[in-house]
Formats: sequence, C-alpha cells, structure tokens
Amino acid sequence: MATQVVMPKLSPTMEEGQLARWLKKEGDKVGIGEPLAEIDTDKATMEAQALATGVLRKIFVQAGETVPLGAIIAIIAEPDEDISALLSKAESGASSEENKQSIQASVQAGGDGAQVELARVVPDGARTVATIKGEPLAGDVGGAPTQQQTPPPPQPQTPPAGKADEPPATPVASGNGQGQQPTSGVRLIVSPIAARMAAEAGINLQALSGTGPGGRIVKRDIEAAISAGGQQQAAPAQPSTAPPPQPATTPQTETPPEVPTVVSPPQTQAAPKPAVDGASAYRDEPVSTMRSTIARRLSSSIGPVPHFFLTTEIEMDRAAELRRSLNELEAELKISLNDLIIKAAAVALIQHPMVNASFQDKSLRFYERADIGVAVAIDEGLITPVIRSADRKSVGQIGREVRELAERARARKLTPEEYTGATFSISNLGMFGIDEFTAVINPPEAAILAVGASTPKPVVRDGQVSVRQIMRVTMSCDHRVVDGATGAKFLQTLKKILENPLLLMA
Amino acid sequence: MPVITMREALNQAMREEMHRDENIFLMGEEVASYQGAYKVSKGLLDEFGDKRVIDSPITELGFAGLGVGAAMVGLRPIIEFMTFNFSILATDQIVNSAAKMLYMSGGQFKIPIVFRGPGGSAYQVSSQHSQAIESWFAHFPGLKVVMPSTPADAKGLLKSAIRDDDPVIFIEQERMYGNKGEVSDDPEFMIPLGVAEVKREGTDATIVARSLMVPIALKAAEELEKQGVSVEVIDPRTIRPFDTETIIRSVMKTNRVVIAEESHPFCGVGAEISAQIMERAFDYLDAPVKRVSGVDAPMPYAKNLEKLAIPDLPRLVAAVREVSYLD
Repeated sequence: MATQVVMPKLSPTMEEGQLARWLKKEGDKVGIGEPLAEIDTDKATMEAQALATGVLRKIFVQAGETVPLGAIIAIIAEPDEDISALLSKAESGASSEENKQSIQASVQAGGDGAQVELARVVPDGARTVATIKGEPLAGDVGGAPTQQQTPPPPQPQTPPAGKADEPPATPVASGNGQGQQPTSGVRLIVSPIAARMAAEAGINLQALSGTGPGGRIVKRDIEAAISAGGQQQAAPAQPSTAPPPQPATTPQTETPPEVPTVVSPPQTQAAPKPAVDGASAYRDEPVSTMRSTIARRLSSSIGPVPHFFLTTEIEMDRAAELRRSLNELEAELKISLNDLIIKAAAVALIQHPMVNASFQDKSLRFYERADIGVAVAIDEGLITPVIRSADRKSVGQIGREVRELAERARARKLTPEEYTGATFSISNLGMFGIDEFTAVINPPEAAILAVGASTPKPVVRDGQVSVRQIMRVTMSCDHRVVDGATGAKFLQTLKKILENPLLLMA
Repeated sequence: MPVITMREALNQAMREEMHRDENIFLMGEEVASYQGAYKVSKGLLDEFGDKRVIDSPITELGFAGLGVGAAMVGLRPIIEFMTFNFSILATDQIVNSAAKMLYMSGGQFKIPIVFRGPGGSAYQVSSQHSQAIESWFAHFPGLKVVMPSTPADAKGLLKSAIRDDDPVIFIEQERMYGNKGEVSDDPEFMIPLGVAEVKREGTDATIVARSLMVPIALKAAEELEKQGVSVEVIDPRTIRPFDTETIIRSVMKTNRVVIAEESHPFCGVGAEISAQIMERAFDYLDAPVKRVSGVDAPMPYAKNLEKLAIPDLPRLVAAVREVSYLD
C-alpha cells in the first residue's frame, strides 16, 4: 500500500529538518529498515529509514531543501499502485500539520521527544544503567532514532488497521549508531527488578511512566509494557534487525509531573509573592526539553552555573556628556557613570526578559522588575546591595540610593532585604583602572555585567581616526537560561542606550 | 501423629534426650519441685531424680556459670531461664564464657549447653518482662539462636539443640506454650539447626516471620489471597546460623519482602535480614524491604497500648500491600 514518508522528529528540539542527501532515488526498491535519506537536524545529520516495503515512487523534497516536521518528503508504494490521492494531499501540504501533531502527540505520550522513538535496551544492562541515569542512549541498537509516519486514517487507499503490510502507526525505533541526542535530565526511579527485566526484555525505561510511589517504575509496569509490546509484535513481518515497537505507544495512565515536554503549552503561573520582602514578583514557566538539556549538559561541563562571557565596547562620550550636564545643572545630583549604567541596564533588562530571569531547575523564572545588585567592595569582601525597580527610577534617585546603600554596606548595616533578591548584578572595577574583566554570577541571577574603565581610545569612524571614551563591558551569562544570541541582543540594547542616553527619556 | 501443645512438645524433647544421654541435666529456677514456671519440665523430677533436674537459687549469672563449667567437663546442661528477661543477668556467662570458650581455648573446650526459656511479648507484664531480645544473642559469633513457631518445630529443634556441641539460645514464645499441633513421637525426630522452612508458598510477596509472628503471617497470607495477592511465608526457625539461601530464593521469585518481628526495629534481626537481602538480592527487589516490628519504645502495661506495640494482622496485610504497590 502507499505510504507517505514524512520528515521525522530526530531530536527533541527539532522543528524542521533539511534533507541532506537522498540515499535512494525514485524507482528504487526499498525495504523496512533500509536507509532512505540523510537529514540535517538542529543537532546533527541522521539517517531516515524506510518503514514500509515497496518502491520509492515519488520524492517531494530535494537535497538541500528544508521542510517542517511532519511534511511529506516521499511516497513508498507498490510499483503499479495508484498514488494520486497521496500525491494531491502532499502537494496541498494539508497533511503536514496533522502529521506534525500526531508526532507531537506520540512524543508527549512518551514524555520526551528523544525517547519515544528510542532504542531497545540491550540485555547486558549497561544500557539500563545509562537509561536510569538519564544519559543519552548510544550504541549499536537505539541511539539517534529515525522514524516515519504512516498516514493517519481515513485514507481511501489505506486498508483497515491490522491488514497493513507495515508496522503499527507509531514511531518505531531503529538504530543507526549515532545516539548523540541528549535525553531529558529527569532522573528515572526504577526498582532493581524492573530495571533488570527492562534490560532483558529490551524496554526503554525512559518511555515508561512508573505507577509506584513518586513515579517509581516497578515490576508491573515492565510486565504491562512487555505484554503491550507482545501484542504489537504480533503485527506482521518486520526484519529481524528491526527493534520491537516501543512500549511508549501504550496508553499512559499517568505522566510524572516533572517530565518536561516541548509540546505542552507553557503553564505560566500567576505572579506569586516573592520570598524576600520588596523583591520583584515573577512568573514561572516550565523548562522546555531543550532548555533542560542545555542546563544539564552545560552544568556538567562547568560547575553548577555554566558561565559564558560576552564582551562589547561601548562609546561613553554622550553618556559622559549627559552626566556632566546633569551634574552642572544640579550639583547635588552627583551622578556617576555607574548610575547611568545601572539605569540603562535596568531599562534593557525589561526589554529582554530572558536575561532578567533565573533558572529554577524545573522552571525558568522571569522577573517583572529589574532589581539591580550593585557590587560594593568592603573591607571584609564584597556585598551587592540592591536597587529595586531601577528601570523606573530616575538616574538621580539611583545615584542617591547607591551612595546611601554603599555607605551602609561599608558600615555593615545592611539588612538582608537590602542585599538579597536582585534580578541582575553589575560589578564596576573601572575606578581601579581595570579595562576589562569577567565577573562570577551571583546565583540565582542569570547574568552579571562586569564594567571596565571608560578611557579615551583611538577609534576609526567613517574612515577617520578619532578619540572616543571607550568602555568595555563583559557580561557573564548563565547558559541554562541565557544563550549567546540572547545575551548579545541584550548587550546591543545596552550599548545603544548608553551610546544614545537620550533614549532613557523615551 | 499426636496433636500436642508446644509445652508438651518441649517436655517430650527433653525427656527423650535425657533418656538417651545421661549426661544431660536440667537446671533452673523452679524447674524441679514446681515443675517449671510454665510447666515445661512437668514430671521430669520424678522421672530423672534430683541429680538431673535441679532447682537453682535465684542467681541467673551463677547457675548459667555452673552450666558452662559443667559443659566444659563433659556434661550437657539445659539451663532454663524462667524468662529470657532474666537471662540479661546471665549475659556475661553466655556471651563471654559460653560463646567464646571454644575459640579462646583453642578448641579444647566445647560447650554443649542449651539456654532455654520463654521470651518475647507476654500478656500485660509490662516493659521489663515482655520483650524480644534475640538480637542480643544473635549478635555474637559462637552462639546459636533458635526460635520455634510450632510444637513440631519446638520439639525437633530442641532435640537438635541438645545434641549440638555449641551453646544454643532456645527462645520459646511465652504466648505460644498452649498452641497445639501435630508432633511426631519418633525419638529420632529432629529438625536441623540453620534450616528455614517455607510455611506457605506464594509468588507475589514474601513475609519472613519468626516465632509469634509466624501464625499471624499465615493469617495475613490467607487474607491477602482473598485480595489476589499470593504470599509466601518463610520461618527461618534458627536465627543463627541463618538460612539466607531460602530467603534469597524466595525474593528472586516474589521480588517483595516484608519482615515481621516482635522485637524493636533498631539493630534487630529484621534489620540484619533486610541488609542480607539488599546485599545478595538487590537486583531482584521491586520495592524496598519493609519491616513490621514492635514499636521502638518499652512495652506498655496498658492493654490497649500493649496491643498497639506488637505487629498484628492488619499491619502485616497493609505492609504486604505497600510493597506490592497496591495502595
């Protein structure tokens, strides 16, 4: 029968895929499990395998083209079969969305994108161990999955289920040894006998939900999966190399609440009351699979807070001029450049909520206000009094608060409310003549800005060398929350404001 | 086979063995003229005379020591403690002399002695007279510890204990003396030490129970069968040496274990069994091993509180359901 080959979901975060190369051409015979094409995802290049036997009748997507998840990329059918219905469907593009939803639904049932199509567990137990640890599955069986979607019913050409010469309409694992897809970081809880049975039966634990306390996967869950898998294996002929259908496709009675899924709508919580009096209200959003993967991978690389650093140069002539003018107009203001930087950063933070955030393990916390912690050196070390709602305060008010807080910090008279609960921090060593440095993030904040000295430097503008006040800032970012581009965009905004401080009036 | 009480079974065991071997004698408080505080030695004074059935003064450390000395020179004493609560006074002789003599004499002195008497919880005799202290003795290498749960086991195990060349602690449950059961009258009927018995076969969960907990575990198994849970009940019978194999085999089959015991949980025999299961059958467990022990507090005198202090049928049933993930 005619089977559509769709753009498969090859990684948890994949939304679209680029067809790198066809391994078969139109008219070629293909069998189940045979490699059809190579596909570039957001992570890697992987092989898509045929899930039906027949002839590759039609190719819709040529090498180099990018199509969304679920789009029909080819049709496999008998040599003389009428495929006009599928052809028109494919050309209308109507099926893409439903295919995508069906993929997403199966992903959701399995709890994680990478898991549903994944991998048999090998009997030696090593895979089980890895699975329990939530590590990426790799190796000769399993690993990065390929999958195809059979057409959803009703289709004129589609015979009733059970008669089909193909595996059930569910994602089926097949290994190509490239298993580099990080799976969810959620730790699986499995009873020892359940882990052992899963290993022996070749069941992917990640795809199960446990019915024991706290979601523990227990013996009966494996027994249920085995009997469900057994029913599916009654489906007709698969080559012996093909792994068995995954138990993930059995109805899930219960999904552990902590399993993040890409497809669930964000369950934003209404702004709860912050723990510290006077701290900003916030909303929590569930951590996506990708975010969770980034968090896990990068944390395992450096410390619990995976830092990365972005540096930019900012021309401070106009900011310095503004400062000078203001202080001339009102001598008591005593505005410093740092006050302007605080104000500008706060304004930029409101425009870039991703930076005004913190990683909360299972959720990302986005703060409604920009509360800026200002690092103040004192004899004993360092403390960061907080300027609350700095985005809404005047530069003069910020200046007064900073001076007052810094003074009391040196006298060690700050109350905890005054030095905790910032949403972002600034550390300025310009007064020590430091040109550039990196600061360490003050958890749970997502970033800290390290500000160097503003000094006259020769720069090339419009082909002319001229002298400008140049200040280098380096932002340390928590990669679990902030990615390179996110941080860069924030710095662009900050730079724009400081180079055009009139924007603070806007 | 005749149906007799556990009291009579123990009496038979001693009588038969004393007939068989004239080196065996019984000594303890009220064992002779009064025929035993629990009448276990009924008729023995008349039958064997006052050289072999001896009333001792109220000095547990003293007559336990006399027993150890007698054993060193070739006799085979049975020392009866009126209850094992009083054996606490004799622990120096038991732990430091009886248990260690063979080792410390380089094998010159074996100590074929049985310390027996009632133990475990009794009815409303309060904290000092109602407690299970088997873990004390089981702790020490050199001692064997036996706890029968049926009249037949009582007889067969006591005969083995009397014939054993090592010191044996033989704890009879005070509430079980009147329990009846079929017991062989064959003078060579023996049950070897260190062999557990599967009292009931099952497939879904294992209850390891000893002494007073065995009949309760069997009732729990009946109750659970009605609920669709097949329970295996294992009675180790001997705490030292411990038959781990039988329990491990059962765990490999059922994957779930409840340990029932009258004693306090902390450092109890149940804790040891649990540790052995974890060490040797971890990969076969589907749930953490669950102990149902006596409460971790002195035994109350008040009847209602006393009832709460000892594991009972509902608690055992609930524990099995818990490890079977049924609630």
